[in-house]
Amino acid sequence: MPTPANLKYSKTHEWVKIEGTNATVGITGHAQEALGDITFVELPKVGADVKKDSACCVIESVKAASDINAPVSGKVSEVNESLETGPESVNSDPYGAGWIFKLSNVNLSDAAGLMDATAYDAFVESE
Amino acid sequence: MKKTILYDTHVALGAKMSLFGGYEMPIQYSGILAEHKAAREAAVIFDTCHMGEFRVSGANSVSDLETILSCPVAALKTGQCRYGFLCNEKGGVVDDQIVYRMAEKEFFMVVNAATEPADFEWVRGHLSAGTRIENLSAQTAKLDLQGPGSAKIMQKLMAEPIDGMKYYTWAKNRYKNTDVLISRTGYTGEIGFEIYCSNDLGRAFWNDSLNLGALPAGLGARDTLRLEMGYPLYGHELDDCTNAAESGFTRAIDAGKKFIGSGVVLDQTQKRRLLVGIQLLGRRSARHGDTILDNNGKPAGTVTSGSFSPSLGYAVAFGYVALPASAVGNQVRIRTDRQELAGTIVEVPFYTKATGRMALKDFLS
Repeated sequence: MPTPANLKYSKTHEWVKIEGTNATVGITGHAQEALGDITFVELPKVGADVKKDSACCVIESVKAASDINAPVSGKVSEVNESLETGPESVNSDPYGAGWIFKLSNVNLSDAAGLMDATAYDAFVESE
Repeated sequence: MKKTILYDTHVALGAKMSLFGGYEMPIQYSGILAEHKAAREAAVIFDTCHMGEFRVSGANSVSDLETILSCPVAALKTGQCRYGFLCNEKGGVVDDQIVYRMAEKEFFMVVNAATEPADFEWVRGHLSAGTRIENLSAQTAKLDLQGPGSAKIMQKLMAEPIDGMKYYTWAKNRYKNTDVLISRTGYTGEIGFEIYCSNDLGRAFWNDSLNLGALPAGLGARDTLRLEMGYPLYGHELDDCTNAAESGFTRAIDAGKKFIGSGVVLDQTQKRRLLVGIQLLGRRSARHGDTILDNNGKPAGTVTSGSFSPSLGYAVAFGYVALPASAVGNQVRIRTDRQELAGTIVEVPFYTKATGRMALKDFLS
């Protein structure tokens, strides 16, 4: 699965699409591949403030549970409720239909530490 | 780190590999959910070559095994298979196994991979003079072909008809002009077969099965399938420190005979806990080691296995719970790493639509 060039990436394998002071967040193709079949996503609460690099929700696969970190700070404005009954779209379309939550009031200076697609691919190779 | 004869094949198929029972084994190929679904709806094949096989024979083999195994032995007909425990003197389980009666004084035991060396020594140490035990594990390949579609595949590959095989029986058959042993047994709950043969024939059977449409399935799906059926996994629901009677698998225990450990296992006063099935409220899973709380919030037990159940759409778990809190219908809470999950004690199997005991002819037409 190719790594989309228009997104930014964290060291904990989340992707973020920043549009103005809004952002959309999900997990990468590498992350869903490593986790295996996703069976549950605990969505964050709309209205919650999340901090960069802090766990803000949980994703479960058949074998394990894993924290998802906020790659940038902001306020949760929307969550992907379709994941409640269809968590498998995180596996099949992690960059599209498998998006997890959206943020408003994003702290844009947080984005400085994120990787672009090339750097993320190199990072995955090195792990 | 040990490998089965099919290791290279699994790697070539892109399997995610992991250590299990001392062997590098395939956990999944196309995905646990896809493999699980194929087992319930079509056909899958598992590499179970890592498991152990012993032959026990001789004049006293019946009485020796009657002492060593918790299940009935003398009453088995030739051609029958029976699930039972090897217990220690404290009533703990050394291993769970299936015993096949090959002839009046000849038996075949199938044991778990991790415990095979210890089991061999255990059984050998408890045989009387003149009873022979041979460890056939290294030269025996074992493949599990499972699923409602497995019967047609098996019949295509075997020279002799299989339609007469009853559940939990074995039979000789011929594959590639060689005698093989097949049994109508398995760990998925579906119509299925286990085949025991030479290593070369095992490789051929794997390839032939795939060519006939069986999906390769790994230990990940094997675990979700068995858990849904309420089958124990040694090291989780059963171990050498846990009273076999507390597992609740009474069909494995002959209450009418003396066997190693029966002093504890058959003594009802020694039962303090019971293994129960727990249906979780949602999709979130409890895991091995999580604490079970009764409906007053008091710790009442421990989870032994837990997973999302693909066939049911919610999570299920097994756990040992103190007798007073163990009734079916009781509400429990399970304390996991991150939160508490609500659950209810239910009867097992969790999944009740499995085909395993149905008439084979219905799957051959």
